[in-house]
Amino acid sequence: MSALLLIEQALNGLQYGVMLFVMAAGLTLVFGVMGLINLAHGSLYMVGAFACAAVAAATGSFWLGLAASLAAAAAAGALVELTVIRRLYARDHLDQVLATFALILVFSEGTRWLFGSFPLYLDIPAGLSGPVTLPGGLDYPLYRLVLIGIGLAIAGGLFWLIGHTRLGIRIRAGEADREMIAALGVDISRLYTAVFALGAALAGLAGALVGALQSVQVGMGEPVLILAFVVIVIGGIGSIKGAFVGALLVGMTDTLGRFLLPAAFGHIMDPSSATSVGAALASMLIYILMAGVLVVRPGGLYGRA
Amino acid sequence: MTDPVLAVHDLSVAFGALKAVDRVSLDLRPGEIHALIGPNGAGKSTLIGLIAGGLRPASGRITFLGRDITRRDTAARARMGLARSFQVSSVAPDFTVLQNVTLAVEGAQGRAYGFFMPALSDRSLTDRAAQHIARVGLLNRVAVPAGDLAHGERRRLEVAMALAQHPKAFLLDEPMAGLGPDGAREFTQILDELRHEAPILLVEHDMDAVFRLADRISVLVYGRVVASGGVAEIRANPEVQRAYLGDETLP
Amino acid sequence: MIREGLLNTLLMLGLLAVPLIAQAMGEPFVITLATKVAILALAGVGLNVALGLGGMVSLGHAAFFGIGGYAMGILAAPVQAYEPLMTWPIEVPGTKSMPVIWAAAMAAGALAALAIGALSLRTAGVYFIMITLAFGQMLFYFAISWPAYGGEDGLSIYVRNGFPGLNTLDPIQFFALAFGLLALALLFAHLLARSRFGLALQGARQNPARVAALGIRPYTLRLTAFVISGAITALAGALFADLNRFVSPAMLSWQTSGEIMVFVILGGVGRLFGPVAGAALFILLEHWLGGVSDYWKLFLGLILLAIVLFARGGMIGALAGRQVAHD
Repeated sequence: MSALLLIEQALNGLQYGVMLFVMAAGLTLVFGVMGLINLAHGSLYMVGAFACAAVAAATGSFWLGLAASLAAAAAAGALVELTVIRRLYARDHLDQVLATFALILVFSEGTRWLFGSFPLYLDIPAGLSGPVTLPGGLDYPLYRLVLIGIGLAIAGGLFWLIGHTRLGIRIRAGEADREMIAALGVDISRLYTAVFALGAALAGLAGALVGALQSVQVGMGEPVLILAFVVIVIGGIGSIKGAFVGALLVGMTDTLGRFLLPAAFGHIMDPSSATSVGAALASMLIYILMAGVLVVRPGGLYGRA
Repeated sequence: MTDPVLAVHDLSVAFGALKAVDRVSLDLRPGEIHALIGPNGAGKSTLIGLIAGGLRPASGRITFLGRDITRRDTAARARMGLARSFQVSSVAPDFTVLQNVTLAVEGAQGRAYGFFMPALSDRSLTDRAAQHIARVGLLNRVAVPAGDLAHGERRRLEVAMALAQHPKAFLLDEPMAGLGPDGAREFTQILDELRHEAPILLVEHDMDAVFRLADRISVLVYGRVVASGGVAEIRANPEVQRAYLGDETLP
Repeated sequence: MIREGLLNTLLMLGLLAVPLIAQAMGEPFVITLATKVAILALAGVGLNVALGLGGMVSLGHAAFFGIGGYAMGILAAPVQAYEPLMTWPIEVPGTKSMPVIWAAAMAAGALAALAIGALSLRTAGVYFIMITLAFGQMLFYFAISWPAYGGEDGLSIYVRNGFPGLNTLDPIQFFALAFGLLALALLFAHLLARSRFGLALQGARQNPARVAALGIRPYTLRLTAFVISGAITALAGALFADLNRFVSPAMLSWQTSGEIMVFVILGGVGRLFGPVAGAALFILLEHWLGGVSDYWKLFLGLILLAIVLFARGGMIGALAGRQVAHD
């Protein structure tokens, strides 16, 4: 196996990881600040993808579609927060799970109603399609490189937001002590809506960006949501840094596992069973990683517990 | 002198930079009430947590009935006969008084894994539970959910649950907090009788009760034992006066 | 309590009466619907042991439901292919006998619950929810990518498995089996809730530190309950696969986990007969709303949302009033 192939797969893993981070960041932020588990985060990912595909198809511009995905997901997030989510902050996790599970049904079936059951296709914008040649002679899709760049930029932006802005201070204070921040005169319900909409916008953006690589369809959000949960369990709930490290670990482990395991099994068994055993094991690899972290550090790598 | 029932040797634990318990050594002898006093934040509840098993010490040893229990978990220590009450009333709020004490009897019997027979029809459980409930005067409240009890009643329920464990030592963390003068007087009586069951390590802010009940007193300040001795000795100790009681005069 | 007892009796009598009437009127489809209610309710009774008694919000019970389904498929498929189940180290034939399949399904479900529970119960609260969901998804992907048992396409069984003395191909007789198992499971859950173990488990739900201080380990209590819960739900999975004569990764999907939880909640958490009411309501909604609109789950979502936000006791709670089992 060539080194170039390995580098290509590592870049794929990195791209996968940073997109997972964009998804997981919103989830962990919402959990850290409001103590809410939101299963419908995957629906917001889907909303972003559909908004992007619909607007791109209507206007012919991917970039307008991308702006639409941010706007639509943020608006859907704010709307849901105002009507449903804010009634759940004081409830137990069971109620949160059920209500947000109900939201998934509403979002999924509503989207199916509007757009039908067939997948939509979202093309990579013309300027970003095709490969670029990297130093070392590797041809790599430009669009995926751009995704890595966007993901890293968002990560940098979030670290800056949490660490250096007034909003970040409020968010951290909110994590520490809800009553304190309310007593300081910050409008806590506006802050919560803003944080939720921010997380929603990130999920929508991730949905639109990844939607151009895959198809845009109902139900696309939940597998990503569950992976984002794995990321958060590994990284530690409420920690942006944990989400970043966890996302890269999951992205790399999954991509490289699918690439390397069948080949590795090829050394000890015949090719066809090596492929199936390798693929089956690779599909479980990130969960095994999660189990390993749980055994060593039940609170996650950067968890406070 | 008889062997101590419970002893801690050089016990320490820190939360970050704060040394909550700093090389504490003390013991509890048969038949005595050993009171642990000190200002808020002195580490009294932390020490109780370390002894009961909810917290792990950074260093030091705990021996109970002559055995080293430092590495045993809470449930194992409880089964050896270490009964604990919590600073904030800690019962199962949806359960009735009878269910709470029955659960305690079940723990003492070490038989929580029966799957078919109704626990509340098992006389070996409920008869014993009723005895302990009677001891604390709650027999007329057996069917009331613990969450609906008055504060003082809940405190007594905790004592009944501790009694049900047939303990070899009691760890009581501020049992009289929030009771009011009448309740405290009544409770002092209960504790005075309790010492005949097993010795008590008592954390308490009510100085009247402490001076009436305690055989020995240890004073904890900033995680350290600054003084330890008989009641008269502690009353007279100038360091205790200064560190703990400020300008107040002792009763 | 009297009203709830009456309601429960009516519920079970109704579930029994509907297929009998349908039999008399020659409507086998209705019998199948009632069988589905009984089986899904059984899955819910399993989850309710963990959720209602133990307070463990498991969003991964599809794992046990699907494992039960696959236990049926894996044992029965070799028989129709005239092959042994395994040849090494000893030759073991497959089986079409329901009691054997049920025992295997429950054992497999219990074993999976032991492994998943041992890891997941190291944490609590929202971590537990995410981790059970993730382990369920792991099995889902494994079933898809492991080709031996049909992979993504699933596994079909052409003839329903047999039970000594009964003709299981007759819908009403198969219903009787499912109903009998549901009744047994309800009886067991009833006894469990009042037993020494049930008392300790519910105590640990309310106040784990207190239970530990009484000498009983909450972790072991919860793990035991989780294993019992997984075994019951796996039994339901084996029956469900037998009802459809088909098992596929869909049984392992996160939607299935969510739906099993919905049965429990629609009926009322911690209520013994909650899953029966919930599963019946779910199937009725699926049947009625599904006939009106292809997007019936949109309405299911709205109904569920309304129940969570405004009617927290579920269906039995709304009809029978307050009870104390759940905080």
